[in-house]
Amino acid sequence: MSEQQDYEPRVVAFLCKWCSSAGSDLAGVSRIQYPANATPITVPCTGAISPMYILSAFNKGADGVLVSGCHIGDCHYLEGNYLARRKMYLIMKLLEFIGVEQNRFRMSWVSAAEGAKFAQVITDFVGDLQQLGPQDKLKRAENK
Amino acid sequence: MSKKRTGVFVCHCGTNIAATVDVAKVAREMAAENTVAFTQEYVYMCSEPGQESVVQAIKDNKLDSIVVTCCSPNLHEKTFRDNAQRAGINNFTCEIANIREQCSWVHADKAKGTEKAIKISRSVVRRVNRNQPMDAIAVSVTRRAMVIGGGIAGIQAALDIANAGIEVILVEKQATIGGRMLQLSETFPTLDCSQCVLSPKMVEVKRHPKVKLMTYSEVQEVSGSVGNFRVKVHKRSTFVDPDKCKICDHCTEVCPVVVPNEYELGLTARRAIYIPYAQAIPASFTLDEDACLGLNPIRCGKCKDVCEAGAIDYDMRPQTVTEDVGAIVVATGFDLYGPENMPELGGGRVEDVLDGLQFERLISASGATKGHILRPSDHKEPKEVVFIQCAGSRDPAKHCAYCSKICCMYTAKHARLYKKHVPDGRAYVFYIDIRSGGKGYEEFVQRTMEDDDTLYLRGRVSKLYRKDGKVRVHGTDTLTGQNVEIDADMVVLALAMTPSKGTAEIAKTLKIGRDKDGFLAEAHPKLRPVESVTGGIYLAGAAQAPKDIPETVAQAGAAASKVIALLSQATLSRSPLIAKVRPSHCTGCGMCVEACPFFAIRLENGKAIVNEALCEGCGSCSATCLRAAIDVKNVTQMQIHEMIEACLA
Ligand SMILES: Cc1cc2nc3c(=O)[nH]c(=O)nc-3n(C[C@H](O)[C@H](O)[C@H](O)COP(=O)(O)OP(=O)(O)OC[C@H]3O[C@@H](n4cnc5c(N)ncnc54)[C@H](O)[C@@H]3O)c2cc1C
Ligand code: SF4
Ligand code: SF4
Repeated sequence: MSEQQDYEPRVVAFLCKWCSSAGSDLAGVSRIQYPANATPITVPCTGAISPMYILSAFNKGADGVLVSGCHIGDCHYLEGNYLARRKMYLIMKLLEFIGVEQNRFRMSWVSAAEGAKFAQVITDFVGDLQQLGPQDKLKRAENK
Repeated sequence: MSKKRTGVFVCHCGTNIAATVDVAKVAREMAAENTVAFTQEYVYMCSEPGQESVVQAIKDNKLDSIVVTCCSPNLHEKTFRDNAQRAGINNFTCEIANIREQCSWVHADKAKGTEKAIKISRSVVRRVNRNQPMDAIAVSVTRRAMVIGGGIAGIQAALDIANAGIEVILVEKQATIGGRMLQLSETFPTLDCSQCVLSPKMVEVKRHPKVKLMTYSEVQEVSGSVGNFRVKVHKRSTFVDPDKCKICDHCTEVCPVVVPNEYELGLTARRAIYIPYAQAIPASFTLDEDACLGLNPIRCGKCKDVCEAGAIDYDMRPQTVTEDVGAIVVATGFDLYGPENMPELGGGRVEDVLDGLQFERLISASGATKGHILRPSDHKEPKEVVFIQCAGSRDPAKHCAYCSKICCMYTAKHARLYKKHVPDGRAYVFYIDIRSGGKGYEEFVQRTMEDDDTLYLRGRVSKLYRKDGKVRVHGTDTLTGQNVEIDADMVVLALAMTPSKGTAEIAKTLKIGRDKDGFLAEAHPKLRPVESVTGGIYLAGAAQAPKDIPETVAQAGAAASKVIALLSQATLSRSPLIAKVRPSHCTGCGMCVEACPFFAIRLENGKAIVNEALCEGCGSCSATCLRAAIDVKNVTQMQIHEMIEACLA
């Protein structure tokens, strides 16, 4: 399917400022190449990511959403990522319930020292989304 | 509201950005945004002429906010915010779009890279539309410090801070300061007497006009933040007035209670009223409430009867004291890994198997045996002693994964001191490998092997048990491939160093993190090794990781100088990007109160109220509020939604 091969998934990547955004900076400094499909939005903490953001991203046409923060136990704000983990788990269940493939939403823990891991997370995610094809379950009509 | 006038400045970064991102196209696309009044490209925006052109453009075009699309905000956010301020607009109306680290450097395909750079830039332009001008919050600073833990780390930090003219409160849990160093005999690599170097420092702490010493005390509660902490300290009662006590010892002569002496690690016993060591500071007896027959003349009262100084007061009550300080150093030290976790090494139940600290007490002139090496079971001089290194260290499968760093050195020291005391004795050392990095350390170990004729056996001990009045040790010598069996008179385990008991609690009280092994976590392993992640709280000594005395002292000095630098400022500025409630939307459900990790929100009259001094701006509250009634300034939900839209446009 040539259509499938050319298909470029659109990803919104929410990165916490202290760990994952710094990790993505390190990937840059180390010049580790990865697909350009994910646009980063840096937030103070994964705890600051409202479930609404994820739904809104899908609604506005995202094919995948990534949330990446500090490793559990390393949150700059002590426990923000615990809160995030709980909420994101619910989001996963919710997406599953409404029929959005689980693989379209991903959470990862990438520290400031893990540039290579960051690149790998994006590469894997984009690869999986390419398999899935476009998302249109939650896409608003005018975005289709 | 008049129309927004944003300026966008696109940096080429030489070819670092321009090679893989079509910078002209980025500028064109941004010019099409309806809030953008001005765009410009330049080869190095951060250069002197680049910065000048930003300032000039803001003035000439009456811009009210700017976006610089360039490298990571960690590098030049401050640069361009300062420029914004120089040009007469608020620094918080400047934002950075990172199109280098997060884009040009990681995507070689120019078309795709350009497309992503446009999305990133556009999302930041949309964000800045709703940025509010703001001023950093100035907070006054309490020019006092607290040091928690009175080992060598805490003592050194307290003295350094006090000598800079800053008042410091030193809080120690035990009845005396000194920590583990007070239990050591002689110290590597110089073999100078531990107490002889430590005691003068302890006395100095006691006498220093700027040091307030609180022993037998523990921190109970901490509130506030950098520059202004409020600490509640609980001081247990010693029932002896240290100012009156003449340390005459009459009380211990009459006290009928005998309990194991924890300061001598159980090698000797003490009375219910006791002094930990002859060198204890404060130099006073302490009455152990738990051991005493009743603190009551009817039950016993013997010590009070004989105390001519009238120092004993059965009615002395514990106290809770509140102290305001601007900075805190945590130096709560270490403990040894529990031998009960190691059945292969006797599980702590085999007689004449000691740990390193017990051995220190045995060879210490002030210890139980007055410096004569006599084994506990029969008080005979041991002629064959086996030292086992890495007991509990470097064993990720069963025990601690990390290297305790100092055991190679102190075992060499032990072997040497043993040979000095028992010249005709034989010392064996089981080791995995020798780690002796440090000035003069390798030479020290070599001398132990050669001059002191200590037999180093490379290998682990598989088991040990009591046999015919001796301890039979089974091991392997991996260098010869032979099994080794030694009937030892005494065995000394170099147990792993672990965070001291209570480290988890104190970390929680102070809201600082711990690492995977339970030690206090530094903010950055390389660049911020003495800071905790919480502003104004610093780390020193073995509480942060296993380390020896020289390293401990160096870290304590570093922590002290951080404290001095912090407290030398008249005011501190805090980021104003903190939470703000829209009372009209708030229903008082209290979800945010629960979500806030810093206890910064309370409900008052059915509405959430943010304590600006406590809020760190993490945003956990806003992500939790179902009514969008609480937001972090300049990272509002509205802004994020608009950024999402920009990323997908
Ligand atoms: C067997 C052995 C031999 C050694 N020999 C040498 C040597 O020869 N040379 C050398 O350089 N190093 C040696 N060391 C290492 C040395 O002991 C440490 O480097 C040093 O003691 C670390 O000092 P510290 O102040 O960080 O911790 P500690 O000495 O453990 O002091 C911590 C203090 O904090 C107090 N505390 C704990 N929790 C609290 C709390 N919650 N509130 C208030 N107070 C609290 C404790 O009571 C203690 O007084 C040896 C260690 C061992 C185990
Ligand atoms: S969660 Fe929202 S509505 Fe509930 S108390 Fe907090 S700010 Fe008010
Ligand atoms: S932003 Fe974080 S620290 Fe501030 S009130 Fe909200 S949850 Fe608490």
